[in-house]
Parts: sequence; structure tokens; C-alpha cells
Amino acid sequence: MSTHFTPLASLLGGGMIGAAAALLWLSLGRIAGISGILGGLSSGGLSSGGSERAWRLAFLAGLIGAPLGYVAFIGMPGTEIAAGPVTLVLAGLLVGFGTRLGSGCTSGHGVCGIARLSPRSIAATLVFMATAAITVFITRHLTGG
Amino acid sequence: MPTILPALAAGALFGLGLIVSGMANPAKVLAFLDIAGEWDPSLAFVMGGAIPVAALGFALAKRRAAPLCAPAFSPPTKQGLDARLLGGAALFGIGWGLAGFCPGPALASFAFAGWKALLFVAAMLLGMAAFGRLSRPAPGPAPR
Repeated sequence: MSTHFTPLASLLGGGMIGAAAALLWLSLGRIAGISGILGGLSSGGLSSGGSERAWRLAFLAGLIGAPLGYVAFIGMPGTEIAAGPVTLVLAGLLVGFGTRLGSGCTSGHGVCGIARLSPRSIAATLVFMATAAITVFITRHLTGG
Repeated sequence: MPTILPALAAGALFGLGLIVSGMANPAKVLAFLDIAGEWDPSLAFVMGGAIPVAALGFALAKRRAAPLCAPAFSPPTKQGLDARLLGGAALFGIGWGLAGFCPGPALASFAFAGWKALLFVAAMLLGMAAFGRLSRPAPGPAPR
């Protein structure tokens, strides 16, 4: 499975992601970390008021809804998911549990945290990049593949 | 509702950015992580585009005592490296490498990735709930 190198589109899309993180911080003072936004909805936490829930739901509505608009007006983005159902479930469990235990994912640690020069986020990003690359190496080059 | 509109706009911009960048395509994510294979370095450009723009936003915010539509900034409070941070990141990375999905792209791809994205997100929510159950003190009897 190979994909095309898309430096300009990736840079542009990355800039949009960074702008979204900047917008959420400047307007609401919140970190645009998807696992944190999602986890804060269900776990409630100590400060789960109505507005605490409202901004999270609004962000998620935009995150899920805008791609629907993209599909309707621009077209289907290229997507390829090789994983089967068992792998998807195992991966989902690890991602859900791991991001809550580690307080963040690619967005919260990888984008916002690094932009804030947070030592915790820089360390977390190095670790998840490493274990992800090792996992791909094992699944693609050592077993089956 | 002043908090809803900026949150909705930020979520929408985030979701579109994931699509435009290629980050919402698991094959592209795995090709980036596959350093020993046909490496596609595109996702380094996603980080390279996102981090400086986000950093600019955080720098601008330092001039303000409070955000525009909320009473105070809510920065992460945890400090220092610990086993939970690093262990959690390690587990997350394994899951990310298995399927090529992380939380944002999985949600953003509901529009076009079909049942696979839904299944992944259902399992992810279960994993989050399992963490919530384990990390909370034992659910005792009704509060006094």
C-alpha cells in the first residue's frame, strides 16, 4: 500500500488544524485535544456544568459535520482503511484507554502541546510516534504484511 | 450562546484541515509511520503547518488576561513526566499504528469512511469508559 507525497496539501491542512487550535484557545481558552474534549464529555469531571458540555458538543458537531459538507460540495476524500474489524476494535480500545491515561493524543499533545513547548507533550509525542512506528514495522515487515 | 459558535467553527475548521491534509486517511497515516517501507513524509508537513500557526495563537493569547468568550484560560495543570503519561502515550501509539486512526480523524471520517470508522470510535469510547471506571475511586454506596 503506497500513498502519494502531498507536501502542499498537508501543509495547508496542517495550517487549518493549527488555526482551529488557535481559535479555540483565543476564544474559549481551551486546548483543542480531541481525546480530552471527548473524554470530558463522558467522564464529567469536577466541573461539568451545562456550558462545559455545550462547547464540547459544539466542537464535535463541527468536527463531524464539516466533513459531511465537504463530501456534499467537494466530493469524497480518498480514504483507505486496511484494518479488519478485530484490528479496529483492538486499536480503538488501545487508543481510547491510552489517550485518557496519557492525557492526550495527536492533537492535544502533538499539535497544541508542542506549540506550547510543554515538556510533557513533547515526551508523549516522541513516545507515541515511536510505538506507532514500531507497531507498523512489526505488522508490515515482521509478520504477515 | 457565545461559547457555542467559536467551538463549532473551530471544530469545523479542524475537521476540514484533517481532510485537506490527508490525516483523515488511515493509509496515509500508516505510510508515514512505515519508515522501513514506502515512506510518505506528508504527515510531517501537517505537523509543520499546524504547530507554527497554533504557536502564533498561543503567543497572541499571552497578551490577554482572558480569552475572548470565556472568563479564563484553562491550561493543562499536570506537570512533570510520569508513568501514566508515558505508558498512556505508548498504548495510544500501538493502537494508532494498528489501524492508522487517532481520535480526531476517526470522528471526522464518519462522513465517508463508513462502518469501519464507527466501529473504531465505538471501541475507542469503550476504552475511554474503561479508563474512567478504573481511575475513579471505587463507586461506594450513595453519598451521605
